[in-house]
Amino acid sequence: MSERLLEVKDLGVDFTTEDGVVHAVDGVSFELDRGKVLGIVGESGSGKSVTAMTIMGLTRDINARFRGEVSYQGRNLLEISDTEMQNFRGNEIGMIFQDPMTSLNPVYRIGEQIAEAIRAHEHVDKQNAHKRAVELLRQVGIPNPESRVDDFPHQFSGGMRQRAMIAMALSCNPAILIADEPTTALDVTIQAQIVELISKLKDDFNSAVIMITHDLGVVADIADEIAVMYAGRIVERGPTRELFYDPQHPYTWGLLGSIPRLDRAKQERLHSITGAPPSLIQLPQGCKFRPRCPHAFEKCKEEPALENRVETPGHLDRCWLDVETKRSLRDATISGDQTEAA
Amino acid sequence: MVQRTESEFTLDTAAELAEAEPGAIRGRSPWYLAWRRLRRNYFAFCALALFILIVAVCAAAPLYAHHIAHTGPNDEHVLDTVKVNGKTTQVVSQGGIIKGKLVASVPIGPTWFSAGGKFVLGADVLGRDIAVRMLYGGRNSLLVGIGSSAICVFFAVVLALLAGYFGGWIDFVITRFFDLFYAFPVVLLGIALGSALAINGFHHFGLNIQSGSLWIPLLVISYVLIPYVGRPLRGQVLSLREKEFIEASISQGASPIRIMFSDLLPNIMSSVLVFFTLIIANNIVLEAALSFLGAGVQDPTPSWGKLISQGQALIVTRPMLALAPGIAIILTVLSLNIFGDGLRDALDPRAKVRVEH
Amino acid sequence: MLTFLVRRIIGAILVMAAVTFIVFVIFIVVPGGDPAERIAGKNANPQNIINIRHDWKFDKPFYEQYWVMLDKMFTGTLVSYTSQQNVVSQIVQGMPATFSLTIGAGIIWLFFGIMVGVISAVRAGRWSDRLITVLALIGISLPVFWLGIVCRYYLAEGGWLTIFPDGEYTGITQSPLQWFYHLILPWLVLAVLFIGFYGRVLRGNMLDTINEDYVRTARAKGLPQRSILIRHVLRTSLIPIVTLFGLDFASVLGGGAILTETVFDLHGVGQYAAQSINNFDLPPIMGVTLYGAFFITIFSVFVDLFYAYLDPRIRPT
Repeated sequence: MSERLLEVKDLGVDFTTEDGVVHAVDGVSFELDRGKVLGIVGESGSGKSVTAMTIMGLTRDINARFRGEVSYQGRNLLEISDTEMQNFRGNEIGMIFQDPMTSLNPVYRIGEQIAEAIRAHEHVDKQNAHKRAVELLRQVGIPNPESRVDDFPHQFSGGMRQRAMIAMALSCNPAILIADEPTTALDVTIQAQIVELISKLKDDFNSAVIMITHDLGVVADIADEIAVMYAGRIVERGPTRELFYDPQHPYTWGLLGSIPRLDRAKQERLHSITGAPPSLIQLPQGCKFRPRCPHAFEKCKEEPALENRVETPGHLDRCWLDVETKRSLRDATISGDQTEAA
Repeated sequence: MVQRTESEFTLDTAAELAEAEPGAIRGRSPWYLAWRRLRRNYFAFCALALFILIVAVCAAAPLYAHHIAHTGPNDEHVLDTVKVNGKTTQVVSQGGIIKGKLVASVPIGPTWFSAGGKFVLGADVLGRDIAVRMLYGGRNSLLVGIGSSAICVFFAVVLALLAGYFGGWIDFVITRFFDLFYAFPVVLLGIALGSALAINGFHHFGLNIQSGSLWIPLLVISYVLIPYVGRPLRGQVLSLREKEFIEASISQGASPIRIMFSDLLPNIMSSVLVFFTLIIANNIVLEAALSFLGAGVQDPTPSWGKLISQGQALIVTRPMLALAPGIAIILTVLSLNIFGDGLRDALDPRAKVRVEH
Repeated sequence: MLTFLVRRIIGAILVMAAVTFIVFVIFIVVPGGDPAERIAGKNANPQNIINIRHDWKFDKPFYEQYWVMLDKMFTGTLVSYTSQQNVVSQIVQGMPATFSLTIGAGIIWLFFGIMVGVISAVRAGRWSDRLITVLALIGISLPVFWLGIVCRYYLAEGGWLTIFPDGEYTGITQSPLQWFYHLILPWLVLAVLFIGFYGRVLRGNMLDTINEDYVRTARAKGLPQRSILIRHVLRTSLIPIVTLFGLDFASVLGGGAILTETVFDLHGVGQYAAQSINNFDLPPIMGVTLYGAFFITIFSVFVDLFYAYLDPRIRPT
């Protein structure tokens, strides 16, 4: 029985800007157990990064408003003070970001930056911190860690930098690792390596992972559960296998359909979702996907709740269509028939 | 439950639905956004208004001289008298030995319009009306300041574009040129050029400029500042040069001139505008400094810097002579700096400090 | 690293050579009229002018004139015909005052400039920041010579309040206390402009740096605010300030303090140049210009080295 580490309940985040109030996240809920990987998938502006950063408390600002609960170790992370939050960051929850080049301070050595993370939370002297840094670099697969630990970030390649970032994030043995688009800025071959590394480390450190990406292919292998986000909401959530074999939301169909696949006939066009994501300041009424949904109907003027409509428990979605209609429409969409509509 | 069959819903219908929905994100040009940000900055606008007011007042110098003060900027009234509140007073009091003590001759102090508009701010040792000289001096200082900025920025932009776009030996030569003049302290270079040219004027390249002309400080200052504007702009052009849209232009066969002026120039425009504003402020102070030392505007032409140096000797008895032009400089330069600051904030795409709620 | 140093030094020597050429062009070639008359200055009689023309070889081709000028500069035989004094020895005499003024003011403006910058960056957007910004802008807008005059009048002996002495310079070897006492006002006047400027530059740099990704990473590591500010934000933001300081310091040392020295009667190198301008006495101006340019060139080599130390990215590997 896995230990429940994190519970996000009905999280909402609003930002006040000069253009109006941006409703970045609304009604997001999920749970994370030890040893599990949750993938959060969505396009830019879907709210996935804001959700992750809010868990870390990095979105706290004079113009930000929060609703709901982020429950960790019985505390609501949205309400604790900044100083208390500092104790959680890095220590209990680690985070790595998209661009490893700009995410590392260029004037300090890699080893120094890792040691800094360690010494921020544990009473370790410089030498020991340095040794641990070397060990961490070894664990993330950096060759010659004893000499590379004294290098500067610009002397590392992109993949190695991301490994160093991972080492830094895991240096204090956090229970949760949040990876925000960790592979987007890397070559495809390196991407696979990094994802594998994260999976392996999750087992080594016995932690849980939240993997954020816009690319379903990246999480397909390692995620136990996937949440698809759109316009600040989760539109579908469920075990990975379920999501891939029985997706319930038209947006998910679009995402799956837009993955280039070798088994498709050459003449078929790649399906893409028409239109653009809505403005988070002026969201449409009702279902937020309605303007881009080829299957929208009368009931869609009312926003669907995130509910379990399918036989498998734990597989939730936000679509009014009944399950059978969904399945038949879906198979047409994913195989690209719909794109040839007269 | 109402069901719709696939044939009634196509992607076109979806597109129609999309159009009917509110909430699409409208694209706005960065200039529009900048203008909107600037509009909200009341402080900057007040500063701009102040600057324009100062320029207008100085431009009206001849009107003031003719109608209110009834004298020109260089007319000396050493031996004249004037009626202050009905009392006849010497414009420049007699010096000499009075009651056994050596007394300096002191010009009249500010009359603040009680002498019918004459000598509102007082007179200097040569009996010249300070208020009139302030306005004419302002005209000259502003002319030199704004004119030198325009010339400086123009050449700096051209050189930066050439160096940044072409690279290679053109860049090498232009950068060496910049570096060379960076090696001189600005004031010292200005003094060197200003004094050397002040004696005999400038008679090369078909130009014939006499030694007392306003063109000398103007050209000297514009020349001296070119590296300070050119180098940062060149840096910007260099980083823009690497961007893909330039490569795209080149691959479409655009000529260098076209790329420089249609692609590169608009992208550095915001920096150019900010520089222009701030350099005017800098040049007004520089001109004042040069004129104060004697290497700028030459006698008898007035400028604010010149007035300060002339008023220095009388600071104890007639502080207004040195204070007034100084305050004028401060107000002008301050208003430009505040506006330039607001301009920079508005044009900067990265919102650093945002609205508080 | 050594090749880097050698290359910079060679570059500096080339620059200095070019500088001498520029000085030559500015003073001898560019202006119209007779160079011999110009060099002779005021109060020159026709015989002097003829002598000068011969001595400086103005009747010979340019390159010979250039050589003569170089010779005079570097052998220390450059002489002012108006004051009959040796230019180089005058410059050397003025150096203690100029150095004292520059070093003292430099320390003050660097320290307060950084303080002002950090405070206004940390309190960005709030009233204290706006107030500091306005004060800094006013500081930048004050013409330094005017401020000097006003301060001297209102705060020094012979004026309104008599807190400070009325200018003049006392050597540190004569009386340290007096040396300090006479320099405080000039130090503050000279520093005001730079404090305002440096404060704003640092503030801008810090606000830019606060948005950098690596600062976000530092926060994600759970570092305390103070540590983030000093080790990550300030450390990177100070780099441009340091280079700026190096160049400004050299510039002031090289005669950029001409206005402050003149106003406070400190008899430094700058004032020497100012007096020469009044008399249109060119040889001293030539000498001081060269001296100033040399200082800046040498300093910029040091600044480059220091910059490489501060920012590992530009170190040649």
